[in-house]
Amino acid sequence: MTNASGPEADARQGRTLFAGSARGRVVRLDEPLSLWGGMDPATGTVIDRRHPQSGQDLAGRVVLMPSGRGSSSSSSVLAEAVRSGSAPAAFVMLEPDPIVALGAMVAAELYGPRVPVIVVDESVYGGLRSGDEVHVEASESSASIRVIRRAD
Amino acid sequence: MSGLRLSAADRAMLVGRRGEAARLAMRIVTDLASAMGAERLLDVASAHVDGCLYQGQASLDFAERLVGDGARVAVPTTLNVGAVDLLHPDLYRGDPERAARGRRLMELYASMGCRPTWTCAPYQLPERPAFGQHVAWAESNAVVFANSVLGARTDRYGDFIDICAAVTGRAPAAGLHLDRNRAGQVLFRMGGISKELLSEDVLYPVLGHLVGAESGTSVPVIEGLPASTTEDQLKALGAAAASSGAVGLFHAVGLTPEAPSTEEAFQGTEPRRVIDVTPSLLARHRDELTTAVGYRIDAVSVGTPHFSIAEFARLTPLLERHPIGGGVDFFVSTNRQVLAEVQARGWLDAYRRAGVKLVVDTCTYVTPILEPAHHVVMTNSGKWAYYAPGHVGVQVVYGSLEECVRSAAEGRVRRDERLWPRS
Repeated sequence: MTNASGPEADARQGRTLFAGSARGRVVRLDEPLSLWGGMDPATGTVIDRRHPQSGQDLAGRVVLMPSGRGSSSSSSVLAEAVRSGSAPAAFVMLEPDPIVALGAMVAAELYGPRVPVIVVDESVYGGLRSGDEVHVEASESSASIRVIRRAD
Repeated sequence: MSGLRLSAADRAMLVGRRGEAARLAMRIVTDLASAMGAERLLDVASAHVDGCLYQGQASLDFAERLVGDGARVAVPTTLNVGAVDLLHPDLYRGDPERAARGRRLMELYASMGCRPTWTCAPYQLPERPAFGQHVAWAESNAVVFANSVLGARTDRYGDFIDICAAVTGRAPAAGLHLDRNRAGQVLFRMGGISKELLSEDVLYPVLGHLVGAESGTSVPVIEGLPASTTEDQLKALGAAAASSGAVGLFHAVGLTPEAPSTEEAFQGTEPRRVIDVTPSLLARHRDELTTAVGYRIDAVSVGTPHFSIAEFARLTPLLERHPIGGGVDFFVSTNRQVLAEVQARGWLDAYRRAGVKLVVDTCTYVTPILEPAHHVVMTNSGKWAYYAPGHVGVQVVYGSLEECVRSAAEGRVRRDERLWPRS
């Protein structure tokens, strides 16, 4: 599908960990981030001082993160961020991470909003840049990410 | 829900025939199973739950929802540490409102039929999982101990999924439950390490810190540990490896049950990497566990994971030999069951006289127990040394149990450098 031409040229495919749809601007994390101790659930800001994107606001963003990291309590932090309205809009990953997916599942059960979590391969991941505006569409059977507007 | 096949009982739960709480729990178990690519669920014999430690309003909302929907655990379930020492609540120095929420969360989990064990070392309780038995355990050090030392099978579970597995008695057939994911991947060979250091407790957290940092999510195999290695030493190794890395299982050749030989630990496959553990490599990782500079010490914290009765048996004579001096507070974290045993053996008075602060139900790095004056804290735990600077804002010095006691006695850091040659 990634080789398709025509109107679907910018739709890139992946696998769904948690279904949902989202639109937002991309933030690429250069390293995995443990949400527990790494993201303030009240604001969505990266608070891990050793992280390359320290200080970055993740609220409402489509977060590209290569893999998960750290404590399983990260599920709670993501659920708490959804509760406070400061969660990322979606997660796009290279390796599946059950901890992030679980946080999104429980948040949807408790509070309603769905934060889709998808896994894509390197060719898709590598083609996305911070600031790109994208649309993530993830169902149980398929997932896609479409660039709406490239970053300047 | 593509490749996942459910049993009739799973499907009955999923449509609510065992009540609303079981329906919610089964929905989360099956969603996770699908995300992990599992083809089926499997029965778990027990669960260990760490969702009882307060992380925010979402922790409470989830537990309130389950309890409100009538949740009861379907398998024997132990509870990890909470935010408050319920036996010594005065030790809590933080916001009273947050303490009340932490305590409420603990009550909610106990009310679902979980045993109020409040320990990160459920493997110290009398009923341990058997070799080959599937369980659903949370808390990274408990996971690595169950998989590695006991040969039981659990994936790296955590918040939310732990209680869902306990309520349904089911878990995804994925991750470390499956034979193929338990094969060793990275080989660590002990080379040129002195016999003296190999026999000392102080080696094992440092080795674990190194193994975790180098392994990430891979399964490490350690070759060359002595037959005399104790269970507490393996506990300390695993806890440190699960902190600096995401290690859920390690094999120690000749010691742990799935590693009678190196070949068996690797299930006949070749190591992806081989790392020679040299004295200088160990010395470097030992240095990483200390953030403080100089000889100042304000407090000592041991018992992460929770102190075992064997560790108390070592500490008791040390405290008699080196009475703690003024100005250094000495904390020991343990669980109620071990505390009762300490009391039964008649040691409690000696600890009280020595001024030791015994902490149960929780731990000094997850909740505010240390005082503002405790800037530099010494510990014998690789896990505590890894997490405490970020969590409770202290500087840390790593040393053996004996070095911790001697340092507390003399009011300044005392460590034996001879064990750690650098070339």
